[in-house]
Amino acid sequence: MTTADPWQTAETAGPKKATVISKPAVAHALIRKANHPVLLIGHNAAVIDIGGRKLIDYLLDIARAQKIPVIATGHINRALKDRGYTSAVILPAVEAGQRIADPDWTGPDGKGSSDLVIIAGLPYPMTWTLLSGLKHFAGHVKTITLDNTYQPNANWSFANISVKEWQDNLLCVLADSSDGRQTDV
Amino acid sequence: MLPLTEKKIALTIKEMESDLGRIRDLSISIGKISAADWTEPEGPTPYPSLTALRDWDRRILSRYKPFYMPFCDLCCLCTYGKCDLTGTKKGACGISMPAQQSRIVLLSACIGAATHTSHARELVSYAIKKAGRDCPINPGGTSIGVEAPIIRLVCGEKPETLADLEAILDYCESQITALLSVTHTGQEGDPLDFESKVLHAGMIDHVGMEVADLAQISALGYPKADPDAPLAALGMGTVDTTKPVILVIGHNVPPSVAIIDYLHDENLTDEVEVTGICCTSIDATRYSPRAKIIGPMSWQLRYIRSGIPDVIIVDEQCIRTDALSEARAVHAPFIATSEKNCLGLPDRTNDPVDVIVSDLTSGKLDGVLILDPEKVGEVAVRVARAVAPGRKNARRTVDLTEVQKQAASCTQCRLCQRACPNDLKIPAAMKAAGEGSLSLLAGLYEACVGCGKCEKACIKEIPVHSLIVAAAAERVKNEKFTIRTGRGAIQDIEIRNVGGPIVLGEIPGVIGFVGCSNYANGGREVAEMSLEFAKRRYIVCTSGCTAMAIGMHRDEEGKTPYEQYPGSFTAGGIVNVGSCVANSHIAGATIKIASVFAHRNLRGNYAEIADYVYNRVGAVGVAWGAMSQKAAAIAAGFWRLGIPVVVGPHGTKYRRMLLGRADHDEDWYVHDQRTGEDVYAGPAPEHLFVAAETQKEAMVLIAKLCMRPNDTSRGRAMKLTHYIDLSQRNFGTIPDDIPRYVRTPADIPVTLKGEITRILEQSGWKERPIPDPTLLKRNKPETRQER
Repeated sequence: MTTADPWQTAETAGPKKATVISKPAVAHALIRKANHPVLLIGHNAAVIDIGGRKLIDYLLDIARAQKIPVIATGHINRALKDRGYTSAVILPAVEAGQRIADPDWTGPDGKGSSDLVIIAGLPYPMTWTLLSGLKHFAGHVKTITLDNTYQPNANWSFANISVKEWQDNLLCVLADSSDGRQTDV
Repeated sequence: MLPLTEKKIALTIKEMESDLGRIRDLSISIGKISAADWTEPEGPTPYPSLTALRDWDRRILSRYKPFYMPFCDLCCLCTYGKCDLTGTKKGACGISMPAQQSRIVLLSACIGAATHTSHARELVSYAIKKAGRDCPINPGGTSIGVEAPIIRLVCGEKPETLADLEAILDYCESQITALLSVTHTGQEGDPLDFESKVLHAGMIDHVGMEVADLAQISALGYPKADPDAPLAALGMGTVDTTKPVILVIGHNVPPSVAIIDYLHDENLTDEVEVTGICCTSIDATRYSPRAKIIGPMSWQLRYIRSGIPDVIIVDEQCIRTDALSEARAVHAPFIATSEKNCLGLPDRTNDPVDVIVSDLTSGKLDGVLILDPEKVGEVAVRVARAVAPGRKNARRTVDLTEVQKQAASCTQCRLCQRACPNDLKIPAAMKAAGEGSLSLLAGLYEACVGCGKCEKACIKEIPVHSLIVAAAAERVKNEKFTIRTGRGAIQDIEIRNVGGPIVLGEIPGVIGFVGCSNYANGGREVAEMSLEFAKRRYIVCTSGCTAMAIGMHRDEEGKTPYEQYPGSFTAGGIVNVGSCVANSHIAGATIKIASVFAHRNLRGNYAEIADYVYNRVGAVGVAWGAMSQKAAAIAAGFWRLGIPVVVGPHGTKYRRMLLGRADHDEDWYVHDQRTGEDVYAGPAPEHLFVAAETQKEAMVLIAKLCMRPNDTSRGRAMKLTHYIDLSQRNFGTIPDDIPRYVRTPADIPVTLKGEITRILEQSGWKERPIPDPTLLKRNKPETRQER
């Protein structure tokens, strides 16, 4: 198992740490194999520029290609709407975390609890604590972050990578996403 | 030994024959506090024990379940450990992760409550020394009938003199000691029982805060519930650097008072600048509005390093523990004044003033501990006047060439950014600065919380924080604002005027912007939020460092919020109650609505009043930059009263939220006191403790959390108007939970009638009654006393 240092140096967690996604194909495979993933997008996704496009644009491409329901946190819903995406469920990140941790929650699309949470675009410390809550109290859920900073509390995370490498990884996930998931929702 | 609540003995003998003779009309009271003419019936829980309000706590915790987000996977509190508590693992003592998290939250709340209560104990002793044991409790003269709403509610007492407050503190101290013992290894093991005790700690914290502020208001002549309390200067740019400058940091005002008194007595008031950081400066301006507030605690490094303060005095709480070494770096004499914060300095309390002054001015000593406020006052002034002339030339000036040179040595390792709590893009700014462009570096100033972690991380030992401040020198120079000095309590007449509109929902809410300055994006956000809600005719209250952040803002005409909006507790007011212990007046105002407006009995009647506040008073606390354990305790006190609290993104580090489940209809039934039926009242308020990711999200949440089951249709329509409008502006959509909040067609905002009606029809919405709501089945009208 490969690990890395947390982006915020002091934010070490404990014995159980995220596996580094060393190849973007791994991220693709994880998403593709999930039965009922959910994508949680934070407000920074509309701010972060990756090679002339915003992070939100990459994430929306993934959501659309893989038919993944979206939870919009912060005020990101406005940016989603501006991009023609109107079916996001709006929840504060911590409330989303609480619901995802509940195996009886019907999910953002009403189709049942999720087995994979994909997170990106939240402030680093908020993602850290949110993923901690899920790590400890949502045993039925796996977590993956698509930010370019290592999050030790996820199941899978990129290491601390450059924007260029991040873009390459996201494009790779996107390219692989064109064939949809194994189990469409 | 008898518990304190049983120490109150009142013995009355009408007539008795004994060997000593005949005794008639003998009356002995031990531990008496309340006036004999206070006839209000006593409720069920005066001086509540750790478990007296457990049932109430369980009711609210059954709605607002903890969502734990561990900040560490381990427990390292005993030598069994470290223990890995990941997931379902348990520690060597058997503790689970949820229990461990709630245990740490309790520890935090105990630290907060102990800090306020210890502060209160010192203030009461000081106030008694200054004004006498019989000095009356006087927070507002004839404009205040309920002088101590929290003490009345919790302790069932009506304190009249400063001496009466001592017994109240006895109770607080006994409870905090018991609560702290709960966190010992092998005590409590159930998360919800831990959480109940967190709420108890919060309630005790509020009592301690109320004692502290009542004591200082009564003895020091602060503004007494004055909506027109004077304005004071705020900001580094307001300091007259041609004069000797004294800096006080902390929360406990006696040394500041002594400095101001000494200056007054020696006719030196115009000769010396008294400046302060954090709450002690707020209280200094309540004592004398000529004192100046530099800013919140995040201003410590930048102000000390500016070299402007000639003498630095620290008391207690929220003081950088490296303040002494920072003072040494700028050769500013340093005086510690609290037993709680001695900093390794020699105790010179019993030495003659002349000798201490000589030692500090000659450089023989660079710092001293003086535990006598009066002596501090004289030493501080004399030292400042003595050293200032020699220090003026030594004051640090901004050297932009040096900034560029230092920045050019940056290796772009990014360790500074990785240490920064706000992930500020320091490396990019350093690169630009090294190439001669300071704008990026200056741009970091606003969001910098002044922690200095960037410097500790730098492998090249670049003084990153200092470079940021230097680059932003022009902005710093123009930090010239005003703040309304803390007014203290809310007048009864103000409560009478707004009680009805608040309870009926026609004033859409009371919002308390409080807490520390650990903002994710600077203090501007909290200023903007307070202005937004004041414009919308909410009642905006504030205190402490947040009150300062709100003041550091000007409109197009150059006016600060305190110059734009009234300081009265009314729709559209921005009400600075004072320092952080003055938060008790915000809680007290909600309690007084139950008492002064609704004529509910307060005396030892906690659950009924909390139930009233929870169901009827649309109040929300916002601690946007909450950092401390005190903030945790303050929040917990509001939770027990049923008042939700919103924190900023760093607030998730408090380890757990208290979140409702709007999608669980069964959670939101209340008892209708009119019919005796249980009726669905909607998720109002939806959460008790929630972190918002952004300012925009927070504003929507705040508007939503102001809704209460008791809202009239007119009030609910108004609250929905704000909620929907803020959601449309910030999220670009009408919220999807509107059907949960519309009870009758009359609740629908007129301007949105068509659209909302369509939403209701699509959702299968059905009209439902507006209840006379309570969570307490025992809550019957005959328990109330009409006055």
